[in-house]
Amino acid sequence: MEMTGGQVAELSGAEIVSRCLAEEQVEFLFGYPGGAVLPIYDELFKQDKVKHILVRHEQAGVHAADAYARATGKVGVALVTSGPGVTNAITGIATAHLDSVPMVILTGQVPTKAIGEDAFQEVDTVGITRPCVKHNILVKRAQDIAPAIKKAFHIAATGRPGPVVVDIPKDITLETTNYFYPKSVALRSYNLVTRGHSGQIRKAVELLLSAKRPMIYSGGGVIMGNASELLTQFVHALGYPCTNTLMGLGAFPATDPLFLGMLGMHGTYEANMAMQDCDVLLAIGARFDDRVIGNPEHFMSVNRKIIHVDVDPSSISKRVKVDIPIVGDVSEVLKSMLEHVAELSKGSGKSDVDAWWKQISVWREKDCSKFGVSDTVIKPQSVVKTFYELTKNEDVFVTSDVGQHQMWAAQYYKFDRPRRWINSGGLGTMGVGLPYAMGCQFAYPDALVACITGEASIQMCIQELSTAKQYNLPIKVITLNNRYLGMVRQWQEFFHGNRHSESYMDALPDFVKLAESYGHVGMRIENPSDVEGALKEAIALKDRLVFMDFITDQAENVYPMIPGGKGLSEMILDGSSD
Amino acid sequence: MLLENESGALSRVAGLFSARGYNIESLTVAPTEDPSLSRMTIVTIGSDEVLEQITKQLNKLVDVVKVIDLTEGSHIERELMLVKVRAVAKDREEMKRISDIFRGRILDVTDKTYTIELTGTGSKLDAFFDALDREAILETVRTGASGIGRGDRILKV
Repeated sequence: MEMTGGQVAELSGAEIVSRCLAEEQVEFLFGYPGGAVLPIYDELFKQDKVKHILVRHEQAGVHAADAYARATGKVGVALVTSGPGVTNAITGIATAHLDSVPMVILTGQVPTKAIGEDAFQEVDTVGITRPCVKHNILVKRAQDIAPAIKKAFHIAATGRPGPVVVDIPKDITLETTNYFYPKSVALRSYNLVTRGHSGQIRKAVELLLSAKRPMIYSGGGVIMGNASELLTQFVHALGYPCTNTLMGLGAFPATDPLFLGMLGMHGTYEANMAMQDCDVLLAIGARFDDRVIGNPEHFMSVNRKIIHVDVDPSSISKRVKVDIPIVGDVSEVLKSMLEHVAELSKGSGKSDVDAWWKQISVWREKDCSKFGVSDTVIKPQSVVKTFYELTKNEDVFVTSDVGQHQMWAAQYYKFDRPRRWINSGGLGTMGVGLPYAMGCQFAYPDALVACITGEASIQMCIQELSTAKQYNLPIKVITLNNRYLGMVRQWQEFFHGNRHSESYMDALPDFVKLAESYGHVGMRIENPSDVEGALKEAIALKDRLVFMDFITDQAENVYPMIPGGKGLSEMILDGSSD
Repeated sequence: MLLENESGALSRVAGLFSARGYNIESLTVAPTEDPSLSRMTIVTIGSDEVLEQITKQLNKLVDVVKVIDLTEGSHIERELMLVKVRAVAKDREEMKRISDIFRGRILDVTDKTYTIELTGTGSKLDAFFDALDREAILETVRTGASGIGRGDRILKV
């Protein structure tokens, strides 16, 4: 590793940590103190550059830092102590890893001499985090702290981003050493591809222009790669249909007529049918995962040519064999593709896709997202829809937990901008919603931040209502309370003989009183006619966290649905019949 | 493959194989003439698609500097084996003879045993086992394969 630049000074390891974070212009450090990190906390006390946010559980700290990263594009940073601090953080780290979120997690470790002796609050942090990080580093000497942190930020933010853990034993934070912060870092074992192969790009554009039934499918990579605007230009230049994955929502404007909605297990009929029936598919910053294309054999049973653009070569031809692989930064590749489109479409022009759009409009007529209306019971979809209607002209950040409410939020909130929809797509971590909302609200204190959640998910990190009070975060919690683990209940209904094994939530707390006891505003909404009024009232309470407990239809299911192991065109469409 | 000679690098590679369900038939590793680098040879079995994925996933590990699939071209591979065999009475001469046939070297001798060193491809070492009376084998220790490309094919930073 080569490091260059920086001024030399004699500092303690803990002070070095604090200086490094300031050098990286870390705005917020989400953390929780403990024995092994006390010297670092002492240094944080003495400075005013990095603002430390005290969470109530390390998992939530990592989630909040993760959301900060997703919402801003910067590296999210968390600090936890050794042992249980680390094990609590694991869920957060794995969540960030599966969704490729740039993060640096600093973990305290027992003193170097005690490592391996089963010391108090000791775990093998690099061992336990290895499978769920992009990289991790155990720092063994005080003089290695600054280079390790520099390396961590570099690795976290570049290429396919991901979380990097830096494990720092307590004794070296107390030692003094020469400090200088390297300005740059070069690793011989870590080389980044940026520009895609120009020949492949040209071939890809030629193929796209010759398509009769083209389809553009984009994922979270377009958002992480800050390529949403270029994608939108590209789709407009071609006039082709576009779909986004759950992680890619907002990369292409949901209200654009060329948008077919989300695809996948709970995607729209038109998006899934077009994916299956297209003759040329451009996949960009997406990875053909099981929740997106279902059964890969079914997907590959029809002939189509696939172009796949991704910064990570291992994402290409992993589940689905592709015809034109392009490894590169999505922005760079899209730029180059746009140039080729401009040049190539001058000549013979592109083929006529009117018939394809006609077919798509037939699929659209299915109106797969319609849902039943009721005067007596609140339909969960209507809550999301109403919230969208009320806030569509504002810059809103919507976070969710995991389950039915997450899918309804994805289906009925129309995201026109990237980094506004924050959820755990890959790991599917219940409990992220509230800490995600905190991370967004810290990043954008004046924005409207809503957490669409369920009564089960919200209880997995409910303690963070206390953090939200401490820092006056005016989050709007929209709980779709159906007294069930809804998605579990739905699968039990479909695939397990409707036996509701442990999917019922008995003995729920009174969420209104709970919210109030944390110092927030609580509301319970039981009537469909009260939904809009309650949402308006909550939004108007600009400086308060409002916890809305919507008592919703217990039997509602998420449609369309592709049963596990089935193909894209094998959707169950049953939205309006119940 | 070449990887940083750092603690933890080996476990990253081993962990990748177990996490993604790839098999390791054998694995050998030691520092190179440049002490900052280790060279590792892994023998694994899989379809072309799986081997492609393994290569890509290995390349993704931050400690891995370079990976090549030796079987894509002509290459040499060698394993080292040490075998302790019973060598008494009339077997003593026979053991020496078999060892000579396989170009083994007897490294250690007692009045009851020989310890034979043998190098070769895995199949040659297997053939040596087959040539021996199983009863005569007291102990064996075997490295995995070490591989290198033929001719100008060089794996270097």
